Formats: sequence, structure tokens, C-alpha cells
Amino acid sequence: MKDGTKSRIIKRITVNLEKCIGCRACEMACSGFHAVPKFSSTNPARSRIRVVVEDRKDIYIPIRAAGYTPSECESRNTYSIKDKNYPECGLCNASCPSRELFREPDSGLPLKCDMCESVPPLDEPMCVQVCRCGVLTYDEWEERRDDQVNREQMEIGLQSLVNRYGVEKVMERIEQFSRNVKR
Amino acid sequence: MRFAETGYNLEIDLTRGNIERVATAPEDSALYLGGLGTNAKIMWERVPPEVDAFSPDNLLVFGTGLLCGTPAIGCNRTIVTTISPQTQLLAFSMMGGFWAPELKYAGYDKVILRGKSPGLVYVWIKDDKVEIRDASHLKGKGAVETAKLLCEELKEPKAQVAAIGMAGENRVYFASIEQSRSSASRGGLGAVMGDKGVKAIVVRGTKDIHLARPAEFMHLCDEVMDYIKFRGENPIPGVIPILAVLGSPQEMAIHDEKWHTENFMWGNARVRRKDFWSEEIAREWTRTMEEMRGRLISCYNCPMHCGATISPPGKPTYMMKCFSKLTYTMAAFSDLAFGLGIAQSATEYGVDGYSAPQVMAFALELLEAGILTENDFPGMPEDSEGRFYWLLDHIVRREGIGDILANGTYWAAGQIGKGAEKYAHNNIKKQEQLPLKLSMLNPVYFLMYCTGEKLNITQIEGQFPQAAFPAREDREAFVKDWFQVPDEKFKQYFLDWEVRGEKSIPSYPTPEMCCDIVDWQERMHYIDDALGMCAGLSSFHLKAPYHIHNYPKFISSGTGFDMDEATLTKAAKRYRTLVRAINTRRGMRRKDEKPPADHWKKRFPELEKELLDTYYTFKGWNEQGIPTEETLRDLGLDYVYEEFLKRGVYSDNGAAPSQAGPAMTGKEV
Repeated sequence: MKDGTKSRIIKRITVNLEKCIGCRACEMACSGFHAVPKFSSTNPARSRIRVVVEDRKDIYIPIRAAGYTPSECESRNTYSIKDKNYPECGLCNASCPSRELFREPDSGLPLKCDMCESVPPLDEPMCVQVCRCGVLTYDEWEERRDDQVNREQMEIGLQSLVNRYGVEKVMERIEQFSRNVKR
Repeated sequence: MRFAETGYNLEIDLTRGNIERVATAPEDSALYLGGLGTNAKIMWERVPPEVDAFSPDNLLVFGTGLLCGTPAIGCNRTIVTTISPQTQLLAFSMMGGFWAPELKYAGYDKVILRGKSPGLVYVWIKDDKVEIRDASHLKGKGAVETAKLLCEELKEPKAQVAAIGMAGENRVYFASIEQSRSSASRGGLGAVMGDKGVKAIVVRGTKDIHLARPAEFMHLCDEVMDYIKFRGENPIPGVIPILAVLGSPQEMAIHDEKWHTENFMWGNARVRRKDFWSEEIAREWTRTMEEMRGRLISCYNCPMHCGATISPPGKPTYMMKCFSKLTYTMAAFSDLAFGLGIAQSATEYGVDGYSAPQVMAFALELLEAGILTENDFPGMPEDSEGRFYWLLDHIVRREGIGDILANGTYWAAGQIGKGAEKYAHNNIKKQEQLPLKLSMLNPVYFLMYCTGEKLNITQIEGQFPQAAFPAREDREAFVKDWFQVPDEKFKQYFLDWEVRGEKSIPSYPTPEMCCDIVDWQERMHYIDDALGMCAGLSSFHLKAPYHIHNYPKFISSGTGFDMDEATLTKAAKRYRTLVRAINTRRGMRRKDEKPPADHWKKRFPELEKELLDTYYTFKGWNEQGIPTEETLRDLGLDYVYEEFLKRGVYSDNGAAPSQAGPAMTGKEV
């Protein structure tokens, strides 16, 4: 990190919507892989990838669970691509209150895709391995990113807090915070 | 703990509105596997032969295959059994799609319907919560439309729906149960569902299905997937296009229909058009397919994409697979555009794509012959296409002549009389068959047509080539990597099989060899039907990924049962014999076991007798086709033997006439 940058591996799954046949093998494999021991059980409702299917509208979209969000969208877009209307929820990968996708069926807790991290690591996530129609393809690369804190952005945030609460209150809270962190 | 299966059935009494979750005996699964095997056990125990198709005591059993819901590739079939209104025998038809795995994930191996609901209802299964709900708002709705409406109504986009259309509601004898891109069509299962007042069964499941030895099981799955890939890259030379590749079959992807259009009969299974297929027709039909076909789609956990979404101009999109592609086209002497269009209506109405077109062509022949008159068809258009739509509408509503035609060609002919029976010429055991009329008797096919109790040739054939290869070197090449054979002798049978001369049909394969070949092919279908495996990856195909050598390993690592080739072979024989026992008890005898009289031009009565005698003996059945005491005891079916004795089955040679009238007890509406 001498040059002030840090590196990380970016993992990417490319989804070719035209090739999906709606077989849901990805769901099956995902749920099996995350069972303990591996593949001791299958249950697509536990899968971190789901195929959104609307047969009669020719919509087949595998989406992967991203982070949990406690709020749902107040407005939604419809994306029209080549005369086909895709609902925003069909393309969105959040686990949110407006749908049952991406929740543990037993606990209701949110599920999140971990790209099948395991020891030893897999060459490709399970969903990609079992997709025989070339819908899901995997690649990864290293990305270097500036490690410097963006001072300008931090100052904008601090200034707005000072404007709202006054400089003394903000100082007081920061002091309390730093004590808690040290402990 | 149970592996691969859930260990519970759902018992629904529609008369009383009672729902029970009932634990099943693990011993039964080891002996009869699941799907068809355990369905047959239930039908034997609970549906005595006095029960008619439309009796409240008839059962309609939706059985998932033993391995459905596990990662076994292409294992997604629901096996539906009941007493057929058409054949009055056991009907068992399967559907692929997504319903069976969903039911497993909901925690059940089977749904067993009995009794009759006072009004039209649907069943809603969500894990442990099961309800019978009013479906009066769905009356008359299409089967595909019903599925969509129910998913919306329940706000359950992931629910799977098995539904009937208007044909089932009106108890058309060849009504189907439709589900996604698939249907259980043969034998009038949809009519029984309609008779019970059930419009649909909707399922959503979020529970686990467990494997006994996961690592071993997954390794087997990987081997199957690698072999599927290999077969995709290496089509089998020397056979017709649909048999060269895997699939159930790939009718939606393959454009070359020379073989079907020139070898299958047109109209009411009579007219062969030997030079039909031309470059121009090939171009036109390919264009039709490409214009109407959306995308190729698959069933649960299968890479084969045998289905397709079809959007005929001006009609809603629907899903199709398999041979309904051509049955309407050929029955109406029309083109592919017509066939794909009317199949949309037929799918929504929910009718069998084999029987329905033939019934309509039969009606038009009777009109042409003057047995029926213009007065029977008021307002019917002049053109063939228009007539087919008119007839379909009248049949599914049971209006006018449609009320008679809705009973299928056998019963309709009897009701019409005046020599109409001659026109119901393509039936086996009262049910319409694929429109094939050939020249020289094929001994293997003779046995399969006679004794195949699924009453559909595609559901018993597959593992052994349909015809000899002319060149010996091609035969040698074929057997080289034919590891699926249960015994090396099958390779020799095929190597020695010539197109002409001493070792050609009808005298070769010899009756003994025919027994081996038919038995092997049938066994693989019966195993598929108990496991829930699609025949398109297995028994329907030459050199399939699933076979007698890897199936025992799949079952033992999946369920934990001890299973080897011998145990599996015996289990399959056990429930296959039980299927025969159910039909035997319902009066089926040797006289019923024959192909349509005009199926082959060149017949050999003595050879045919020898074939049937040899096969019956081989199977352990007596000269009437009834399983013997020794056979039954060997299979642990002592209870069947006791019942046979009690009912005097062995002394009944079937001389008594079968039931005189159709099971229909009058129109519903």
C-alpha cells in the first residue's frame, strides 16, 4: 500500500437473459451448496439466487441476493427493453419488505449471496457451474483503488451536522464516540 | 428421518372437506419405490373393481417420484393415477414441469383426492397450511389462464398449479390436467378431477429435501451431466432426428418433420402422404415455427429445454412440448400454423393431444360416410380448420354431437351405431393411439402394443433400436459404446438383426429375444415412473444418461435404501405386476391385448399367438395374462393372490361381455 492504493478482487457474474430456459438448476445448486454438510439437503426457497419467471411475457431473470434493506421503494420503474417490459423488482437484487425472496424460510432472516466462498475456493460459484445454457458466466479481476479519505466529502457532512446541532454538541458526541471505540 | 422422500401424504376428502397429513410406511418405499409404484399400491388397496371412474370412491392420486426434489437432473415428474372413464382400467399419466418438486418442498410425497366436492373448488397447499377454497369464479376458465389467475389471487408468483380447463369440468373422457409446459393427458385424468369438483391444486413449498449420502449422489449427478453433454455433441447416426438426440423429445427445436409427416397417418389415422415433405413445406413450417416460437424452455432442473413458448397471431401465449405440434395439423390435413394455433385452445380447454384430434377427424369421417348428417353439425363451417375449431368447442362444452364425441371414439361409435364402430379403428383397450399404419408386423412392437398398460407406445419403447441397421459395420459401431444394456446378449441381438432375409422381421428377433427386449424397455419406463424421471433423459432414448447400472446407486445414495440391479429389477417387476393385477381384477384379459386390427397389413396369427404365449410365460402370467400364484408369491404380492382366489379371477376367462355403456351419468351443466 505504499502508493496509497489498496487492491481487491472484483467478482462478476454476467447474466444473459436471452439464454435462460427457466430450469432453476441454479436455485437447486445454491441451496444444496449452502446446506451443512454440503448438498445434504436442497430447498430452492433457501437459495440466494432466484429466477424471476413470467412465462407468458417471456421474462426469465436470475437475480442474486444482495444486501438487506429495511425500506421498500416508494416508486418503481418499468424498464422497456426491445418491446419487453421488465418490472424493476425483477431486476433488483435487494432483500426487502416488499417481497418474500431472499429470506430464510425458517427464520425470515435475509439471505445474501457470498459467491460461494469456501475452503478450498471454487473455480466458479455453484450457480454458474450448473448453468448449462450459458446464461451465467463468471469472471474476476483485481482492482486498485485510492486509499485516501476524501476530505472534501467528510467536510460537507460535518458542516451539515454543525449547522443543525451546533459545533459544541457535535464535538461532545464525537468525544463520547471515540471513548466508546477505544474501549 | 426419511431421505429423498418426505414420508407424508396429503389425504383430502372432498365430500366432507376433511384434510389429513398421513405418515407413510418406509417399508412400502423400499418395496414399491415412489410415484407409480406406491400409487399402484394405494389404488389396489383402496379402489375395488366395482368402483367406477366417476364414483366418489374413485381416487385421484398425484404422486411425486421418489427422487423428485433432489438434485437428480430432470427428475421432476408427477405421476397421476385414477380409474379411467374411457378404458375403465387404471390410468396413469405423468407430467413434467415444476409441480412435483414443489410438492416435495411443501412436505408431501402425494396428494390423494377422494369423494366429490359439492361445488367447484381449488386446493391451496402452502407448506403445513392446506385449504379447500371456492373456485366458482374460475368456472369455464382455461387451464393456463387459471394458473395465472390463482398465482395473482394468492400473491404467490412461485406457486405451481395443476389445473383443468373446460374439458375436465365437463368430464370429457380425454380431458387432461395441465401444468406449466406439461400435462398429464392420457386416460381422462382431467375428467375425474372435474368430476371431483377440483379446478386446480396450487402448491408452494419452502422445506428441505434430504439426501442420505450427498457426496456420492452429487458425483452421480455430475456423471449424468457430463454424459448429457457428450450425447449433445455426438448425435446417434442412422436414426430419425428426434431419436438422435436426448429430450422428451426435441419437437420444438427440430424442424425436419419428414419422418412424422410421411410415416404417420393423416386424418382419422388413415391417409399416408408418402411424398408430403418438400423443400417448400420445410421452409414454410420453419418460418411458422420461428415466427410463433418465443424461447425454448425446460422443466425443473433439466438442461434439455424440450418446451417452448408459442404465440400464435391474435391468441395468448402458451407453452408446448412434444408431439401435439403435429397431431392437430395432420388430423385436419392442414399446416403447422393451424396446428400451433388450435393447440392454444386445446391447451386452455385441457384435452389430450393424441385423442382429441382423432376424435374430431373421426366425426368428420362419419359425416362423409353419411352415418352422421349435416343436421348433427348445425352451423359448422365448410373449411377443415373451421370445422376443427367448431368440433373442439362443442366437445369441451358437451354440446350437441359434442356430448357424444366427448366420450372418445370407442364409446361414441357405440352410441352412434349404424356401423360407426368401423371408424373407431385406431384404439387399444378403448383408447385412441398414435396414427401409425405399417406394412410388416414387428414382433417387438406387437408385444408392446398388446401388453403395454400405459396404452401409449412412446411410454414403453425406447432403449432398443426400432429397426435393424442395413450395414453390419454401422451395427458394430452402434454397439461399441452401448454400455446401457443390462446384458451383453442385447448387443448380439442387434448385431444379427438384418433388414432382409432369415434374420429379419417378423421372425427375428425370435419370440424369446422379443421377450428380453420388451421387458428391458418396459422396466426402464416403470423405473422412471416410480422415480419421477423424465423419459426424455432415460427410457425413451437409445443410450440414455440414466440406465439400469446407475439407477441403483442413485436410489441408494439418495434414499439410503440398500439397492442393487437385482433388487431394483425386482421392485419394478413388483409394481408392474401390481398394475396388471389392478387391471386383471377389473376384467382385463387376453382378448383385450391386441393392437388395432389395421396397424399392420401383413399379420401372422400363429406367430402372434406364439409371441404372446411366450411373453406371458416369461412374465410369469398365465395364458389369460393373469399373474400366477408363483409369480405373486415370489414378489411378496401374496395379498394379490388371496384376493384373486377370493374373487375367482383365475376361472374367469373374460368371456363375459365388458361393461355395456360409458361411465358418464349425464351432463353436469
